[in-house]
Amino acid sequence: MVVKKNLYTKRKSGRKMDEVRPITANVGIVPSADGSASFQTGKTKAIAVVRGPRTLHPQHMQNAQTGILRVSYGMMPFSVEDRIRPGPNRRSEEISKVTEWALSSVVDLSGFPNTVVDVFVQIPQADAGTRVAGINAAALALAHAGIPMREMVSAIGVGKIDKSLVVDLDKYEDSEFHDGEGSTDIPVVVTSRTKEIALLQLDGKISVDEFKECIEMAKKACDGILKVQMDALREVSGVRDQKSGGKKNG
Amino acid sequence: MGNYVLSNLQVEKIESYLGEGKRLDGRKVDEYRELFVEDGVSENSASAVRVRFGKTEVLAGVHLALATPYPDSPDSGTFMTSAELHPMASQQFDIGRPGINSVELARVIDRGIRESGFIDMKKLCIKEGEKVWQVFVDIFAINDDGNLLDVAGLAALIALGRARMPIYNEKEDKVDGYDDKKGIPLNKDVLSFSMTFHKVGDAIVADVGYDEEAISKFRLTVAIGCDEKGGARITAMQKGKVGTISDKDMETLLKLAESKWSEMFPVVKKHVFG
Amino acid sequence: MEKGKRQIVVPGETIVSGNEFLPGDGAYRDGVDVVAGCYGIVNVYEKHVRVVPVSGAYYPRRGNTIIGTIVDITFNGWLIDFGGAQNAFLPVAEVPRYVNKNEMAEFLNFGESVIVKVWDVKSRGVDVSMKMRGFGKIEGGMIVSIGANKVPRVIGREGSMVKMIKDATGCSVTVGQNGKVWISGNDTDKEVVAKKIIELIADNVMADGLTDRVEKYIKGMGLKVDEGVEIVNEETDK
Repeated sequence: MVVKKNLYTKRKSGRKMDEVRPITANVGIVPSADGSASFQTGKTKAIAVVRGPRTLHPQHMQNAQTGILRVSYGMMPFSVEDRIRPGPNRRSEEISKVTEWALSSVVDLSGFPNTVVDVFVQIPQADAGTRVAGINAAALALAHAGIPMREMVSAIGVGKIDKSLVVDLDKYEDSEFHDGEGSTDIPVVVTSRTKEIALLQLDGKISVDEFKECIEMAKKACDGILKVQMDALREVSGVRDQKSGGKKNG
Repeated sequence: MGNYVLSNLQVEKIESYLGEGKRLDGRKVDEYRELFVEDGVSENSASAVRVRFGKTEVLAGVHLALATPYPDSPDSGTFMTSAELHPMASQQFDIGRPGINSVELARVIDRGIRESGFIDMKKLCIKEGEKVWQVFVDIFAINDDGNLLDVAGLAALIALGRARMPIYNEKEDKVDGYDDKKGIPLNKDVLSFSMTFHKVGDAIVADVGYDEEAISKFRLTVAIGCDEKGGARITAMQKGKVGTISDKDMETLLKLAESKWSEMFPVVKKHVFG
Repeated sequence: MEKGKRQIVVPGETIVSGNEFLPGDGAYRDGVDVVAGCYGIVNVYEKHVRVVPVSGAYYPRRGNTIIGTIVDITFNGWLIDFGGAQNAFLPVAEVPRYVNKNEMAEFLNFGESVIVKVWDVKSRGVDVSMKMRGFGKIEGGMIVSIGANKVPRVIGREGSMVKMIKDATGCSVTVGQNGKVWISGNDTDKEVVAKKIIELIADNVMADGLTDRVEKYIKGMGLKVDEGVEIVNEETDK
């Protein structure tokens, strides 16, 4: 039996296999919002804004026992090389939904019946890992908004490039590498205290053992991400709410 | 509802203070908030910039794509503006449906750029009748603290001014990155930028804040560029809201527009062309 | 408790460990640990552990004083927008004098501002009353919005901050727990100074040495300061 050689023993970016790209996070970047944050991993930039709890319309969608979380994810037209038409599309709808599930797993809105907490995630520049950057930003924005949360969530993309298991795939690894066994992309969201999986998707080919190892790598990477998130929250020096009041513009 | 409501006493306070020529944030009636411009928000498009007046913030980006020309102008590129007044930017913007404001904003900015001839459409032609460049300007509101119209208009101009020309790979008929040393074809002399003036109480006010904008009676957006002698030349106008403009209002407003233009045009030029 | 460096916690973070500690608002128990259930500042008072949110929306509580604007008139009362997720309801029975249903708008009209007290919080909204002294319609002056969480700092220990602003500017300052502040003075210039002082405090709620900063600012404006006043956060600096 011929065992094929691993074609990806060194990452194109020069990073180590378990090395995450440089991260920056800032909280309170949109003054008029209840909560807001930016999160950047390498070249991928995400902005998240939280508005709420606020009354949910239409009324028939209200839940008398709890507020609901509503996520809207989108990419700005100039975020990628081939312009994305503004407005919702099927990919953004799917990502909105899995993001909503991930965040809802730690948020407690039972104290705000009949309301909605809107989470808006937008991507100004994309270099793979946009949904996980968005979730990292959204978790910060929710905390910043004072929303009751049992714990934080942190997100990372892990995967397999030919035979190598890697952490934080960049665009080359995610969409341009097609040799050997190709690339398998696994976005993961881990809860900060209970260390459980709040989001999991997989695209590619991978063995059970390799998958388990990927999850361990994801958890370890998320420890590092959590630290950045916590530092960002501790650095906020209380930006005053900008809200003052105004009728709808004519 | 989630909308905030301005109380009568607040309206009276803003209007009466304006009667003394003063604004609640300490500015004079003709004073603009601090301008902030940042480039390189995205490297994946021809340009992407961040522009702020005070706390009002907008992102704008330019993309160029290969396209076939319109049949009635086979040697001309095409141009399209989109604007998203996204609900992240304000309590007042709803999800999904295109509010009348975002459509008006996009069209006013589009007209200003198109009618002035700022983009040299003929130079966007690659092969007559077959292949041209299509220019997109995409505007995205991040935070509304009043006067999104002006911030968005300026952001669109700066994004165009800083846009890099894509490199056309003729053999494979695709785009291969951007030329950092070459801008898109612009007629720099016809640069025209817009300022919006609102009537708040009895005063004509420049660069309105959030509350001032909510209670204003009318607004007039005026786009001004340079004529051959370097003087002011009006290239576009748009009135919005229900209030009517008296002769006195018009005179005050035009005087204000001309003086602000002389003051701000050199700064705007510097930011647009880098 | 010692007034030391503020302990800022993040959801999921262990605040203290030990079965003798009891989790209050914003905290929960996980085994032997008391854990933060929101982002905010820790307040421990006789083994009760709370987390006071630093930012975010206002959650009305019974007994709160709130400032709002009339947005609707119904057959039996008025609806008030106070910045919360739902509007507050002021029943016609809860105003100081008898108001007949034809004169409701005359008594309180659209757009007028009021100070009211929260007496019931239900899932569908908040009921308020104007019957007591010190509550009612407000006229003149201006309303400034700050986050509800900044309110304790702006009021100061036993109202000391509000007094400092009055001494410096001659303006009376009434702070609603919902984060709306009514400033009323003799002229707008002084009201604007009071507004700037309040905004300075609200912008620096978590900072140390805030009292000194505010004093410096007031002196810088050429106004007088009442020495010996301290700006403390009643909630977290007990």
